[in-house]
Amino acid sequence: MSGLIDAIGPAVIIALVKVLVTFVMLLGITLLVVWAERKIIADMQSRVGPNRWGPFGLLQTLADGIKLFFKEDFRPRTADRWTYAIAPIATMVPAFLAFAVVPFGNEVTIAGHPINFIVSDLNIGILYFLAMGSLGVYGIVLAGWASGSKYPLLGAIRSSAQLISYEIALGLSLVPIALVAHSLSTLDIVGAQAGTIRNVTFFDGIPVLEQVANIFRYVPNWYIWSQWPAFAIFLVAGIAETNRPPFDLPEAETELVQGFSTEYGGIRFAMFYLGEYIHVVVISAMAVTLFFGGWSGPGFDFLPWLWPLFWFFFKTALFVYLFVWLRATLPRLRYDRLMWLGWKRLIPAALLWIMVTAVVNTEGVSRNVRLGVFAALFLLVLAVVLRGDPRLKEAVTPQRRRTQGRLSRGAA
Amino acid sequence: MAEIWQEVVFWVFAVAMSLAALRVVTSSNVVHAALYLVGTLMGAAALYVLLFAEFVAWVQVLVYVGAIVVLMLFGLMLTRAPIGKAHFDNNQRLLAAVVAGALFGVTSYIMVRAFDGTDVNFARTVGTKAGGLGEVIFSAYILPFEVVSMLLLAALVGAIVVARKDEEVEGHNAD
Amino acid sequence: MVHPAHPPDLSTTQERCYKVPDGYFGQYVTIGIFAVVGVALVFGTLSLAKLVRPNVPAKDKYTTYESGIDPIGRGWSQTNVRYYLFALLFVVFDVEAVFLFPWAVVFERLGTQAFIEMVIFIAILAFALLYAVKKKVLEWL
Repeated sequence: MSGLIDAIGPAVIIALVKVLVTFVMLLGITLLVVWAERKIIADMQSRVGPNRWGPFGLLQTLADGIKLFFKEDFRPRTADRWTYAIAPIATMVPAFLAFAVVPFGNEVTIAGHPINFIVSDLNIGILYFLAMGSLGVYGIVLAGWASGSKYPLLGAIRSSAQLISYEIALGLSLVPIALVAHSLSTLDIVGAQAGTIRNVTFFDGIPVLEQVANIFRYVPNWYIWSQWPAFAIFLVAGIAETNRPPFDLPEAETELVQGFSTEYGGIRFAMFYLGEYIHVVVISAMAVTLFFGGWSGPGFDFLPWLWPLFWFFFKTALFVYLFVWLRATLPRLRYDRLMWLGWKRLIPAALLWIMVTAVVNTEGVSRNVRLGVFAALFLLVLAVVLRGDPRLKEAVTPQRRRTQGRLSRGAA
Repeated sequence: MAEIWQEVVFWVFAVAMSLAALRVVTSSNVVHAALYLVGTLMGAAALYVLLFAEFVAWVQVLVYVGAIVVLMLFGLMLTRAPIGKAHFDNNQRLLAAVVAGALFGVTSYIMVRAFDGTDVNFARTVGTKAGGLGEVIFSAYILPFEVVSMLLLAALVGAIVVARKDEEVEGHNAD
Repeated sequence: MVHPAHPPDLSTTQERCYKVPDGYFGQYVTIGIFAVVGVALVFGTLSLAKLVRPNVPAKDKYTTYESGIDPIGRGWSQTNVRYYLFALLFVVFDVEAVFLFPWAVVFERLGTQAFIEMVIFIAILAFALLYAVKKKVLEWL
């Protein structure tokens, strides 16, 4: 028994330190992301953006937080007390818990203890990530219901329908990754993407191309190359899951005031706000982990433990930039288009891609036969699904005629 | 000796689950009842983790907490009565108690009969991996697996038929 | 991942299982710590704000927002039935996704037979989606 305690003692300290470091880091990054978004969007709109607090306005988020901290908090008379209080917590907790399975650095050894830069390497990491995503619906539904007000309720129902629709596409887009990695553990998936592409034998024997193919020796072995359709589905569904533009219907201010969080103010509102940005960071980090090799990248002898961390955060930052860029560029989707995209495009496409990946990745004599038969079968299913869709016809006609057609239909 | 901790954690979760389950049926606010149900289901997930059934535990969270209770909440929002404040109570408590008790008895009997004497192997280092589960499903339990898809199809078709009928009537009225 | 050099006193399998943070239960203990720290932080922030923020009650502050006018009727309203159908479709495809994961992990080992089984499974549920499309459940306008 004493041996057990001796063994657990330092380990618990390691776990605590790990958790605290991860938490502080996640919150710090999130505050930075809030600042960066305002700065980037300001730049894209030829404005200066926040520049009062700290160098380059870096402390602006903190200042906003402190301001919200001292704001009076009033709950509507019609609100359901406990549910109203739980909703902000129910938004925050699953958002940061999802980060627990993201590996953000290579293994290091400190005082004889091997330490991974991951809170918990679960066997079923991907499933855990999806489960946490599905819990995110509760914050929104409860906030909308508990407020006892019309706009929040409408916003909550609308956005929970959006979330559950895109959750399916998100889940299905990760199945091909499980197929090629043979594992649901995020650490295994990053491990499977280590190194560079070496075994390109396709061009062997062709004089010039054979030399050119050597370039693959320097290309990292990331899943993005072979799994880009899955990545596209993951990205679209991920943006929809975070309620970010162009999928920010939950808080479509022109229609629903502030959506589910209309009746929230002060520090409670800050929790919803922070939850959204944590979600952005988590989805970006997950995209990097699953499709862009996680923390892998060129390392150097100088501070060897630092480079994986650097590459991970660098790649994640690029994705966060993409999120902001999309917000500055794209108009909000109409609700029917949103549902159409989720159910009639992303889900069938994801199912099709799972089958294609399964067929292509099996070694065997009947591989080509299967490829033909099942690809044809699913193209057929897809064609049948899409055949009766009038929008398909619209999609192939020029843009101007489409708008006119819709206008005249609306007038009739 | 290590099993003592499992025992303690089991009882903590079991008691918490039972209390939450009691509140599900005694709470007068249906949304609160649904939230207590979430607590119960999460407790069940924790018990699965204790039994090394990691995959099942997170499926429990994903499907039951993340989907089925959300479906129930959507259902509650469809009711004509004002949400949450309604008194859905009626005078069928005795009947409900009899049905629930009978169901509990039957499932417990089947469970005990099926698993009595089977010891969970606690001398393990890892949970049951998803792969092992996959191998069992796709070799020994193919028929139940395919039946599941038919069941889901039937549920969906049924719901669409029921719901669409209302819609069409409404549509005619509007015209 | 192979971890080099476990501390020597973790020799029995049971103890390794409890090892924090990499053993089976250790992983969940770590996630538990993560959750507890997070909840404590969120809860602490909310409670601390309660102590420092002003509280000046006034009757009109506690009405709900309705574009500046006094709210009419009750806040709870009945929703459209089609939201329920989406939720039901969601349950169906969630279950499908859950079955896909264990299949995907061992697909290579199971081979053609499991593949055909999965094709049948997906085809049946694709038919469900097709039926929903045909019945215009997924149409909004």
